[in-house]
Amino acid sequence: MPRKKTPAPRGKAKEWILRLYIAGHSARAAAALQNLQAICEQHLSGRYEIEVVDLLKHPQLARGDQIVAVPTLVRRLPQPIKRIIGDLSNAERVLVGLDLRPRGRSARVAI
Amino acid sequence: MPTRTKRLGGSRTRSSTTRKTLPKTPTGITGFDDITEGGLPRGRPTLIAGGPGCGKTLFGLEFLMKGAVQFDEPGVFVTFEETAADLELNVRSLGYDLPVLIKQKRICIEYVRVERSEIEETGEYNLEALFIRLDDALRSVKAKRIVLDTVESLFGGLADTGVLRAELRRLFGWLKERKITALITGEKGEKTLTRQGLEEYVSDCVIALDHRVIDQISTRRLRVVKYRGSSHGTNEYPFLIDRNGIAVLPVTSLQLQHKASEEFVSTGLPWLDEMFNGHGYFRGSSVLLSGSAGTGKTSVAGHFLEAACRNGERALCFTFEESPSQFVRNMGSIGIDLDKWLRKGLLRINAARPTIYGLETHLATMHRDIDEFKPSVVVVDPLSSFEGGTRGEIHATLIRLIDYLKTLQITAVFTHLIPGTGTLSSVEQLIEGGVSSLMDTWILLRNTLGSQGVSHLLIVKSRGMPHSADERTFRITYDGLAADGTQLAALPQSGNRKR
Repeated sequence: MPRKKTPAPRGKAKEWILRLYIAGHSARAAAALQNLQAICEQHLSGRYEIEVVDLLKHPQLARGDQIVAVPTLVRRLPQPIKRIIGDLSNAERVLVGLDLRPRGRSARVAI
Repeated sequence: MPTRTKRLGGSRTRSSTTRKTLPKTPTGITGFDDITEGGLPRGRPTLIAGGPGCGKTLFGLEFLMKGAVQFDEPGVFVTFEETAADLELNVRSLGYDLPVLIKQKRICIEYVRVERSEIEETGEYNLEALFIRLDDALRSVKAKRIVLDTVESLFGGLADTGVLRAELRRLFGWLKERKITALITGEKGEKTLTRQGLEEYVSDCVIALDHRVIDQISTRRLRVVKYRGSSHGTNEYPFLIDRNGIAVLPVTSLQLQHKASEEFVSTGLPWLDEMFNGHGYFRGSSVLLSGSAGTGKTSVAGHFLEAACRNGERALCFTFEESPSQFVRNMGSIGIDLDKWLRKGLLRINAARPTIYGLETHLATMHRDIDEFKPSVVVVDPLSSFEGGTRGEIHATLIRLIDYLKTLQITAVFTHLIPGTGTLSSVEQLIEGGVSSLMDTWILLRNTLGSQGVSHLLIVKSRGMPHSADERTFRITYDGLAADGTQLAALPQSGNRKR
């Protein structure tokens, strides 16, 4: 499947496989990718892989991961699959969504 | 103009020739295209709302399947709730093979799942991915129709209702731009038509389905709440869900335009024919046979059925108190052989307990049976079974049935049980109920206490023909109903006689 991978990893498999679905290169899509990269660098440095799927180019791919909203981030690995929708502007909530933070703490942050 | 436009052919021509009304897309659903004068607004979204189990999904499926098979309009079914297996089963129950239709690219199914528990939301988003999926699906079959079942599920999966509302509004506009005839199902809300107020966004056509259970009897009803730019029936129409799918009954054609026949149909009893000017009932007329228990009402009706079959005509009997075999056996005991005609396929006996459905559902079933079997005579035995409903209800239902039968020139005999001794005075309630006034011919049967097997028959009225004013006595014998030589004097009370 053709898709863009950043950073392009070679060699050993990563334990975190994240896929970001976007629809065209909008400002919101760019913001989401930027936010995601920042979060990953800080918390998962060297252990992650991000695939960006542009649904305008590959509409069929939306079906498999049950995507309805964009941007949607899907944590494909580790299992189970998690979905986070939105521009990922709230890092705390992204961390909760990725199971990198317990849910309880996010509630305090959200308030 | 026909009183009732038959099926799609008629409706389609009508919609295309009627000026000012919007172009329409036939659904193919029995009766629905009649009451909407052609179907759903073409290229526009329609909302169909109702509670759980009211038939929304089935309506949507039928609209799509018939579109693909009968009208060469491929379609996309977007389901937010059902699984592939459920859906296929549902479609199969309508008699369509979903995998084949999918393979032929006439139907595309899009399963959309949104699980709130799996989703975290942060920051702005929109539903562009859903649009992309729908676009892809629509293109894949070159769809003309789409069903969204039930788009409101999105509200359960996503938290930002502001975004959702804006996106749904955009979605309906987007479908309109593409000139797709869309059907959007919505779950009934507490005070609003749909839980999320979808009716605000769909302004062209709104349909409400309802499934009511009163006194443990269920009736399904359909109402066209709104249909912009088109006339439509505003009544609630009963509908059925059976092996052929949904059937809506456009049964309000009270136009009294049926032509009156000059032809006669034998009553099956020579002496009774004699009383009717020597010929019998008018073809296409409705006959009420009333009397107390054991006066031979069903037997008179049985003779009528038998005579019709002997004449090569098709006869349909609705019985609400006996099973078909019991009916045949009882008729056999007085020498009326109905079994022979059953086997020849000229006679059909349909039995149902009056309490299993509501009145309107009964009417709907009878309509369908009549449509299917195409009889020229019909017997309803007995009419009094329906006394569960209110008087107004029975009256309305009867008018519809009689009107329908007349339109088709079917001669109908209704038996009616009168409680008590069955004298004219105890029949007043019948007159009050207005049942007798709907009938062209009214025959009253009574018996005298102590004289078993002997009954008296009086023609109270018979529109448009001279008839005997005398009361005739007959005996119920092993060879049918035999007239007694004796004639009693005419009863003094004759206020209801036509002539």
